Amino acid sequence: MNGMKHTKGFWLSIVLAVVIGIVIQFLINGEILDSFYTNTLYLIGINIILAVSLHLIIGITGQFSIGHAGFLAVGAYTSAIITMKLGMPFPVAIIVAGIVAAIAGLIIGIPTLRLRGDYLAIATLGFGEIMRIIFLNMNYVGGASGMSVTHMVTWPWVISCVIITIVVITNFTNSRHGRACIAIRENEIAADAMGINTTFYKVVAFVIGAFFAGVAGALYAHNFYIIQPTNFGFLKSFDILILVVLGGLGSMSGAVIAAILLTIISTYLSNYPEVRMVIYSLVLIVMMLFRPQGLMGTKEITAFFKVGKTAKGGVQNDKHTVA
Amino acid sequence: MEQLIQQIVNGISLGSIYALIALGYTMVYGIVKLINFAHGDVFMVGAFIGFYSISYFHLGIFPALIISMAACAVFGMLIERIAYKPLRNATRIAALITAIGVSLFIEYGTIYLRGAQPQAYPNVVPLHDLKIFGVVISGQSILILAVSIILMVLLQFIVHRTKIGKAMRAVSHDMDAAKLMGINVNNTISATFAIGSALAGAAGVIFGMYYTTIDPLMGIIPGLKAFVAAVLGGIGIIPGAMVGGLLLGVIESFVSAAGFSLWRDGVAFVVLILILLLRPAGLFGKNVKEKV
Repeated sequence: MNGMKHTKGFWLSIVLAVVIGIVIQFLINGEILDSFYTNTLYLIGINIILAVSLHLIIGITGQFSIGHAGFLAVGAYTSAIITMKLGMPFPVAIIVAGIVAAIAGLIIGIPTLRLRGDYLAIATLGFGEIMRIIFLNMNYVGGASGMSVTHMVTWPWVISCVIITIVVITNFTNSRHGRACIAIRENEIAADAMGINTTFYKVVAFVIGAFFAGVAGALYAHNFYIIQPTNFGFLKSFDILILVVLGGLGSMSGAVIAAILLTIISTYLSNYPEVRMVIYSLVLIVMMLFRPQGLMGTKEITAFFKVGKTAKGGVQNDKHTVA
Repeated sequence: MEQLIQQIVNGISLGSIYALIALGYTMVYGIVKLINFAHGDVFMVGAFIGFYSISYFHLGIFPALIISMAACAVFGMLIERIAYKPLRNATRIAALITAIGVSLFIEYGTIYLRGAQPQAYPNVVPLHDLKIFGVVISGQSILILAVSIILMVLLQFIVHRTKIGKAMRAVSHDMDAAKLMGINVNNTISATFAIGSALAGAAGVIFGMYYTTIDPLMGIIPGLKAFVAAVLGGIGIIPGAMVGGLLLGVIESFVSAAGFSLWRDGVAFVVLILILLLRPAGLFGKNVKEKV
């Protein structure tokens, strides 16, 4: 009976997102939003996909991965090869980018996910750097000077990818598989003892996260005219990590809100790149010192609309328990 | 054969820089279980302090080295007191993110203060090139080797023969028990950060001597590689960091010599992933079973 309510709210938010998407499309068509705002919107969309996909790995499954830019790079380069070198259409590029990134996630995930905590973080960081260095040394994709890509991203592509990402990851989180992942986050040894195949679920979460990072990579590549290996250094991984952590580990709406806010802030600060990074890092330090659980903690935004209901059933646990 | 020995010499010079940085990582990790991402930036600050004391105050290399080490020690303690101490009981992820934040803050704070342009390092090495059996050992290499060996011996002395070293070993073994035995844990942790940062400062100055240019983002890659070196030797183990650093330096210079210099940065990470998969505790580490 509770499930009915869940699906109702779920479909309501989908409809809302679609309506917002259509309204924005009309605004773009009517040239009310100029190219600066449209571009910011695309960036917000890409960052939401990245944040939500990393949220599944860190926030839900509790596996501290800081090499997410590696999957972004795989997606970006794969999609660019498909549209620019093989001349295939953009939708194919998006899907193939996701699949190739997912395969990369599988190949990396199976060995590295045996590691825990700091070691996993460092291994994924190393993987991200290796990806960057591989693309740097591949002459087929232009090496250090990068690869030029036609601008193909339009608003419907961005919004539909965002909606699909959010729908898939929400449903995954609310399924029995998602609960298994949360159990792993809370206590891996206990989850193992309860009969959860921890390695399987960790790899599954990792692969799904990598898939959507690859999709984001396809959008990223076809939005920026040029992709270079330096765009995918570990600073990019940290950028994505910051979105997830500031939003609140374990809160998807937090990740989305943080992605929107930080993209807007950094777009406006991009004229002052040095100040931008100084402010960015200060925000990060101050946030961790005074509110280490992030903006939303592990709560979702919907929790604020049903005050009192959760008092009976839901667990009220402000402390995030990741890592 | 001469080529081989030449590469080993180059590798050892590079490796001793990694080893000096790795020592700071390993000591800090051993005592507070935190990957201090800002450590590579302390190294960078050390290089700049050395640069300013040589070119503006016209000091010799050794006074510059000592000033840089002292300043970095204070800097390291400040970082610990301001950013890490309040988070000592927080989750690991919060501490790690703070470390990343501190690292970015130092890097871009430096860029904000002096600009991002690289800086040529003055060459004031008082030693001449040495030629032994056809192998040329540059003055810089001799300096690096001498400085690193002296500092490592000094570190071994501090850790094993002094009271503060004993306290450091006790705290890294069991922080709560050390507290009960009357050891001032806060001061011990500060001392650890001070010693580690001083070593990083010294590494910064000799790095500047060896590579002749420095810039505000120079700490990132050596910092990461030094961390790889620390993991390679077994994190938390001081001799492990030394061996790991030297080994990594030699591996890198062989890869460069084999004509894959563009892949050099990648090799360190491949080594990292291999060591994590095959022997996560590192070369010198013992495998500890996790208890519930």
